[in-house]
This record gives sequence, structure tokens and C-alpha cells, in this order.
Amino acid sequence: MRTYSYFPGCSLEKMAMSYHQSAMQTTNKIGVELKEIEDWNCCGATTYFHVDELLAYTLVARNLAIAEKMGHDLVAPCSACYKNTYFGSAYLKEDQDLSDHINYALEADNLHYSGSIEVKHLMEVFVDDVGLEEIKSKITHPLEGLRVAPYYGCQIVRPRKDHEDVENPQFFEDLMSTVGADPVDFTYRLRCCGGSLIITSREAALSLVRDLLQSAVYSDADVIATACPLCQTNLECYQMTVNREFGTDFSIPIMYFTQLLGLSMGLPPKKLGIGTEFVSADRILTFAKEKV
Amino acid sequence: MATKPSFSEEVSNLMHASHGNPLKTCVQCGTCSGTCPVAEFMDHTPRCLIGMINANLKEEVLESNTFWYCASCFHCTVRCPKEIDIAGLMYSLKRYSIWKHTYPEGAIGPVFSETFVKSILRSGRSYEPVLAPTYIFSYGVREFLNEAHTATNLMLKGRLPVLPPRIKRLENFKKMANKIIPMGGA
Ligand code: SF4
Ligand code: SF4
Repeated sequence: MRTYSYFPGCSLEKMAMSYHQSAMQTTNKIGVELKEIEDWNCCGATTYFHVDELLAYTLVARNLAIAEKMGHDLVAPCSACYKNTYFGSAYLKEDQDLSDHINYALEADNLHYSGSIEVKHLMEVFVDDVGLEEIKSKITHPLEGLRVAPYYGCQIVRPRKDHEDVENPQFFEDLMSTVGADPVDFTYRLRCCGGSLIITSREAALSLVRDLLQSAVYSDADVIATACPLCQTNLECYQMTVNREFGTDFSIPIMYFTQLLGLSMGLPPKKLGIGTEFVSADRILTFAKEKV
Repeated sequence: MATKPSFSEEVSNLMHASHGNPLKTCVQCGTCSGTCPVAEFMDHTPRCLIGMINANLKEEVLESNTFWYCASCFHCTVRCPKEIDIAGLMYSLKRYSIWKHTYPEGAIGPVFSETFVKSILRSGRSYEPVLAPTYIFSYGVREFLNEAHTATNLMLKGRLPVLPPRIKRLENFKKMANKIIPMGGA
């Protein structure tokens, strides 16, 4: 059994509840336990850094400190939470002054972060920690013939953390092949979904969303798979708005990778939060057929 | 005698967390502008803006909408041949213009940022509907109704909470924030 301190983040509480449900169900199948960080706070999203950087790192440090106290590495399913927490932890580890100052603030909540844990994105837990071989052994309903556009977006791969390939990552494709689906050649797989521009510069964000949907349609995808609640929201909840504003008629389901994984493990759609989307995912369910 | 830092030095000093190279090393190759997915909406491309900073064109830089259009996608940052953290620069310019209150009248970015921050400091978590007033003031009624439509659909699907979430140890949380930025009182 592998255990992690789990930081769901604000979106997963409600907006992206289906991501949370499917994450819980699928990790359970592969012997991974996600223990929710007790009384976690918002990571600051992409917005907090506009206002005050130091406070932004303090918010991140509080979650890190609680996760460390629980004694496990921290895992975040949201790419923005992951990026903020990853770099927050890295800076605290390398900058003693910053760490002293922030730990002084953490005393107000009887906490301390010493930097002994790692920060991971949920997808890394599947791909690196558990491994594709192990996952493959749990696939009972391979999604044969399903054409998936694996959408990385930004913060799961950028900025660069180590020496990883930021221009041509393959881990998402590999995971989709493991569940039996066909990852399509998706030109815009690394392009931005607009993030919070959907609120601040709507016109720009909607055009990014349109380009992404168009790119997936060109590659003849049945579904776009995501690993981030912000990407999912922009691509799905604003799909109708894009259709209205640009006169397009997109109707492509946007699903979390954990939902596709869950279907291929034979889990019931309802348990994976399928059924609360605006663009129905019903068609996708028919691909999950029991192996003969 | 003490000399006043130039605008480009001031901006460089603001890039605390950025581990990139100094803006001065920019060779104006334009890779960042070619990479940026929102460049067509900006009044100056990222390359151009960096050129302007290096030329100390303070007013023109602060009047620019470039950094408010930046989506923090970090694509420019990972591609810059000089390893300049351009996304980090855009963040510092947002902070600079919020501090100095130099952003253009009616800009929604700064209002959104401030509302967001206040909402987190109040409850420890973020809650989308609190941000709604930003729309009304900045976009007008039609766009707001469009958003409200999306929001209502989300509520009906059970995807928006009716009450704002908050953390349990809120008092400690506020004290913690106060130790970083003393706000008096609280
Ligand atoms: S990519 Fe780097 S070196 Fe080239 S123009 Fe942009 S900031 Fe300057
Ligand atoms: S980080 Fe900002 S400036 Fe850089 S490519 Fe992305 S949107 Fe453009």
C-alpha cells in the first residue's frame, strides 16, 4: 500500500467533484491511499502571485507543513495547485531565509515545514510510482477504438522542474495506450487553455478554447482527456459559449484521465462522477467492453 | 551619492522568485512572442515589452496591456534561449502596477486579483460566486447574464457550492497571514 497526503484544492470540492471521485476510486484499485490533508487551504491559484509573492508561498507552506506532519509525500490532482506547491516547496528547501521567515508565520498555526517531503501531480503517482505495467494488470474493460486527445495544458509540464522533456512529453499518451485507447496526434496538446483569463480577458480565453477544441476535432478525437480542473472547466463549461460567439458547433466531451482509467477498470460510471457534465459523455461509455 | 535605480533595474529587483537570467541578456530573438498564444491580443509582444523595459520606457510599459493578457502558461519561459523567466516578469509587472495603482481604468485583471485574495484571506478557500461582482462592473449586464447562466447550470448539476467553504482553524490562518503582512488589528 502506498500512502500520500492528498491536497484536493478548491476546485475539487465541488466544481470538479468528478475528478475527486474518480481519483479516489482508481487509486483504490491500485493499492494507493490518498489521505486528505487535514484543514488544507487554497494554494493561491495563478492569481495570488499577482498581488503578493511572499504571502502566496506562505499559503503553500501551510499545506506542505500539514502534509509533512502526516508523514507522506504530497499529491495534488490540479495542475495549478501542483505547480504552486512544487515550486513553493523547492524554494523553501533552497532558501534558508525564506524558510525561516515563513516558518515564523506558520508558528501561528503551530506548524513547521522542514522540507522532507516530495510534491507530485496525481498523474505522476500513476505513471511513475505505480507504473504502467501494474496499471495494465487492473484493466478489465479496455477502451478499444476510443480516440483520445491527451491534453497536457501548461503547469503539469511547465515550468521545467528537472531535465524532463517539456517540448515532447509522452507520459499521457502512454497512459492512454495502457487503458486500451488510441491517443491521437493532437497538435495543441501543450497549448494553454486560458486559465483565469476566462474571467479577466474573456475574448482571448475563448479564442484559446476554440483553437483547442478545433485542434482536437481535426485529429478526429472522440474525447479530450485532461489532468486539471481548470482546463476541464474552460474546455467544457465554455464550449457552448464558444459555439455561440464563434458560430461553431463543437460537442466533444472533456473527461478526466481518471474517469477513462476508471471505465477501463470496469468501475461504474456513476462512481466516477460521470453524468454531471454539460457535454454528455454517454457515447464514451460504450467503448468500455469487458475483455474476452 | 546614491543613484536612483533605473526602471529596468527596478523591474529586475521585483522578480524575486524568478531564477531566470537578467532581462539585460535578452537578444530580442522573438522566440517568446512567436510562442505566446495570446500575443495577438497584446498591444506589445513579450519581446517588444522586454526591449521597452531595457530602454527604460517606464510609462509606456506600465500603460501596456501585455502583462494583463499573460495567462502564465510558461511556454515562453521554457523556450527562451537566454533562459529569461518571461512569465515571472509578467507576474512582477502585475504586482508593480497593482502597488502603484497604474493600471488602466476599467481593467478587470487587478480587480479580480484583489477580490480573489480578499476572499482567500477571509475564508482560507476560494469561492467563485464571490467573484461575480467583478463581472457586473467590468463587463456589463449581457456578459454577466451569460456567466450567470453558466453558473446556474453548474449549481443545477451540483457543481457549485451554495455556501462559501471555509477552513476550520481560520483564526490561526489569519494570524499567520498577519505575521507576513502586518495589517493591524485582527
Ligand atoms: S525569447 Fe528570450 S532572448 Fe528571445 S526575445 Fe524573448 S526574452 Fe529575449
Ligand atoms: S507565459 Fe504569458 S507571455 Fe509567456 S507565452 Fe504564456 S501567455 Fe505568453
